[in-house]
Amino acid sequence: MLRLIVSRLVSALPVLLIVSLIAFFLMRMVPGDPTIVMGGLQSTPQEREAIRQALGLDQSLAVQLGRWFAGLARGDLGRSVLLGREVSSIAAERLPVTFSIAIYAFFLTLVLGIMAGVLSALRQNTWVDQLLMTAAVVGVSLPNFWLALMLIVLFAVELRWLPAGGYVPFTQDAWLWFRGATLPALSLALLQIGLLARITRSTMLEVLRQDYVRTAKAKGLSHFKVVVKHAFTNTLIPVLTTIGHIFSLLIGGSIVIETVFSIPGFGLLLGSAILSRDYPVIQGGLLLFAAMLVLLNILVDLVYAKLDPRIRYDVDH
Amino acid sequence: MTSITEPRVRAGSAAEPSRRWWRSNTWRRLMAHRMFVIGALLFGLVLLATLLAPWIASVDPMKLSMRNRFKPPGAQFWFGTDNLGRDLFSRVLHGGQVSLLVGFVVVVVNGIVGVGIGAVAGYFRRFDNVLMRCMDAVMAFPAIMLALGIAAALGPSMANAMIALAIVAVPRNARLVRATFLVIREMPYVEAAVAAGARPMRIILTHILPNCMAPLVVALTFVFAYAVLSEAVLSFLGVGTPPPAPSWGGIIAEGRHYMRDAPWIVLIPGAVLAITVLSLNLLGDGLRDVLDPKLKVQQA
Repeated sequence: MLRLIVSRLVSALPVLLIVSLIAFFLMRMVPGDPTIVMGGLQSTPQEREAIRQALGLDQSLAVQLGRWFAGLARGDLGRSVLLGREVSSIAAERLPVTFSIAIYAFFLTLVLGIMAGVLSALRQNTWVDQLLMTAAVVGVSLPNFWLALMLIVLFAVELRWLPAGGYVPFTQDAWLWFRGATLPALSLALLQIGLLARITRSTMLEVLRQDYVRTAKAKGLSHFKVVVKHAFTNTLIPVLTTIGHIFSLLIGGSIVIETVFSIPGFGLLLGSAILSRDYPVIQGGLLLFAAMLVLLNILVDLVYAKLDPRIRYDVDH
Repeated sequence: MTSITEPRVRAGSAAEPSRRWWRSNTWRRLMAHRMFVIGALLFGLVLLATLLAPWIASVDPMKLSMRNRFKPPGAQFWFGTDNLGRDLFSRVLHGGQVSLLVGFVVVVVNGIVGVGIGAVAGYFRRFDNVLMRCMDAVMAFPAIMLALGIAAALGPSMANAMIALAIVAVPRNARLVRATFLVIREMPYVEAAVAAGARPMRIILTHILPNCMAPLVVALTFVFAYAVLSEAVLSFLGVGTPPPAPSWGGIIAEGRHYMRDAPWIVLIPGAVLAITVLSLNLLGDGLRDVLDPKLKVQQA
């Protein structure tokens, strides 16, 4: 197991290196002078020069790259042009907000997605199956920002059941957090619920056709026991591999959802950084999330290997 | 990293040249697939409406009319008007041209670049490691976030949105093509072709690539859906097609502020967007079921 952990981490290093290079070159892709874009057209040459020096853009590319990696080694992701603060300290402040909603949405995804998938597999080709799978394909097709706006109109404006925005930290008041986070989490989760329902259904159908399920039935186990113990647990293993993908979608969706609900998380900040061309925040945020997702995928791989002894990883694929 | 490659050798498709395509087995099965037919009809409707936009919706989509602000949907304005009195029917149809054009270009670029990278990585194994680590790195980012970052760096325009979305979508297709190449290049008939002196280019194009077509067509249909949806997100956040040109995401972003009194400004373009994406997903599902039954649910 230790060898596996080490080899996974080592094989992730080149990917992380390229990830950081992509983030680095993002600002260098800006056509023309990025300091004009960041400072605005009305900025004076002095202001532009100040931004240039603050970002080290007056140095050669090699020096810039060296500084970038030296900074990363210290955990320094750069400094926001607009807020004048370290990206890492902004992240520490805002990530808990984003994660609390993402985890809520993830919970909704797991419960609803797996339930719908299993139910539809057990009732294959009945109206239940057709209804759920139609709902799933509609779910993966709805634009999340539009869904969020529609949910606001329905539940906040018309019915007045839930607030249209505003965020209360979980540690401050759990109930108010729950009320404020429900619509964002729901609009964030719908795509993944549909996705997971479809994956769960096809996996479950495959498992139900396996010989060991037939054996379990043949030896007289109750239907419930066969489904829960033999089929369902084996369905969960392939589902596990999609967790990284689900989190990637949840994090990506947070920009739009936090913007629509004005939730003060990292997504809202990234959304406004994208609008105001605050490149250090965009770079730092992208790098941070990509690195976290790489680590999450390694973790999923390890759990997968632990759960399913049939899986053996070659050291180099 | 844990992908399992399955051989997808398709022998039948090329062996029936004498039969007309609409009599082919594939076509018949597609026509029997109810969801595919529904998807095709919906997509055809959207495509037709957007292509014929200049004739169906003859009102200039950018023409302001202060007398006609916030008119709800009715006989004169089918989809109503927005805060500046612009005709939403015309704006939605013309905005559809942007969405579908972006989707189409992203699919074409993706097909070419994805096949190129996948073929090189899968056939010339020297480049495999470098190319695939690059693909892994691009895929490590949350897709929409990277697309937004690239679009923000390049500046808001339709062409830059296409570039951003194409970059983000390439790795999946490259991996798909590579996986097929890895299996097929070991086949005896490829070995025979090599022994007969065929050049790598000929082997790649005529012997291996046709085997990738079925899964690729399925994947690219989902890329189309993804591109249309993501273009709307880019425009919604202000880094896609710049206003006042109509785009679905842009109309929704502007209408957001009047949602309480004029909900149709947001409701209708979003519904049209959802129907377009749904139609493409249904087409993709149908194609997958018929062309590539072994493939599981697409994770796009």
